[in-house]
Amino acid sequence: MPDATGLELIAGEIRDSAPGAVISTKHDRGRAEIEITPESVHPVVAMLKERGYTFLASLHGLDYWPDEPRLGVIYELLDMKTVDRISVKTRVTVENPTVASVIDLWSGADHPEREVFDMFGVVFEGHPDLRRILMPEDYEGHPQRRDFPVGGEEVIFTYNEKTMPGWTE
Amino acid sequence: MAVTEGPDAFRASQMRARDMLRGDLEGEELEKYVQERIITTTLDKAVSWARGNAMFPATFGLACCAIEMMSIVGGRVDVARFGFEAFRASPRQADLLILSGRVSIKMAPVVRRIYDQMLEPKWTIAMGACCSSQGIFNNYAIVPADKFMPVDVHVPGCPPRPEALVHGILTLRDKIQGDPTLGWRSRYGAEGTEEVLPLHSSADSVNVFGAPRPGLGEAPIA
Ligand code: SF4
Repeated sequence: MPDATGLELIAGEIRDSAPGAVISTKHDRGRAEIEITPESVHPVVAMLKERGYTFLASLHGLDYWPDEPRLGVIYELLDMKTVDRISVKTRVTVENPTVASVIDLWSGADHPEREVFDMFGVVFEGHPDLRRILMPEDYEGHPQRRDFPVGGEEVIFTYNEKTMPGWTE
Repeated sequence: MAVTEGPDAFRASQMRARDMLRGDLEGEELEKYVQERIITTTLDKAVSWARGNAMFPATFGLACCAIEMMSIVGGRVDVARFGFEAFRASPRQADLLILSGRVSIKMAPVVRRIYDQMLEPKWTIAMGACCSSQGIFNNYAIVPADKFMPVDVHVPGCPPRPEALVHGILTLRDKIQGDPTLGWRSRYGAEGTEEVLPLHSSADSVNVFGAPRPGLGEAPIA
């Protein structure tokens, strides 16, 4: 991990190259975290890659409901030489959930981005093949969003089988 | 008075069988021998007895329950005693589908297709909580088996012990020997989907939801 000072140095560098990109920095329990605006994701992540964080360890989504902006996308970057990790976070709204794809920097971002799209509905602009990856193609909704109903299909018992839409419908 | 039970009677009947094979039995004795050994039954009963005692399950595991399903062929519960040990790798050769685990929404069409590929008569056991009522995975990804195919026996548990599954299989055997169709077609309103249609029309029947089902079984096959 970069320590708190190292994190501020990195944040300062980002502020210099892309003014207004950094929303906040946080150093907590040994984890360094930078929150940036969704528009600046691609340049910032590219800059960090240049700086040594060459490995995209994870790319995942999050739903902060009821906070706004609701949807989060988190990039866990790793510097393999110094074993240094940093989390880059960004948050988008449900109405305009677009983030630039980082697939040109790491081709391994392909499936994680599709998964975040599938589960949270975040659209990665520039992704060549943004389809659902886990749910069926014709599935409606994004099941990991917090406003998605928790329970699944209703269970058929003998007492309610006549009123439930079953496979004979 | 002749002994009718026990080892002595058994030995006597063995001796008589030997005499019979040698051609030494005649007249009254032969008549008695034959009558002791003949069972009269109907063809249907004999066939369902045979069906119930030799089911071939499809080799098909879905999740954790499949581990328990595999162990039923092992030495401890040894389902071969009942004639179920021949797990078939092709649905065409199988007549029992054990749904052992979770059926996800994406897997359901595949499961249904395998079921459709099996030849009649065919039966299904839903094993475990997941494919009966979704169990601990009651969420967006899982669908209970009754939603997309007929199920004859549900085995509860998470996972059910192998003994429970064997109990389910034996329950199914008893049901088959009683009535091979298990009545699921009327239960699910699916008359007319038989691979070999019955001679008599069932066009005037209604399904379980009370709606008439046009177009099914209208033309009797002569
Ligand atoms: S019922 Fe339990 S053991 Fe069986 S598939 Fe579901 S979670 Fe696994």
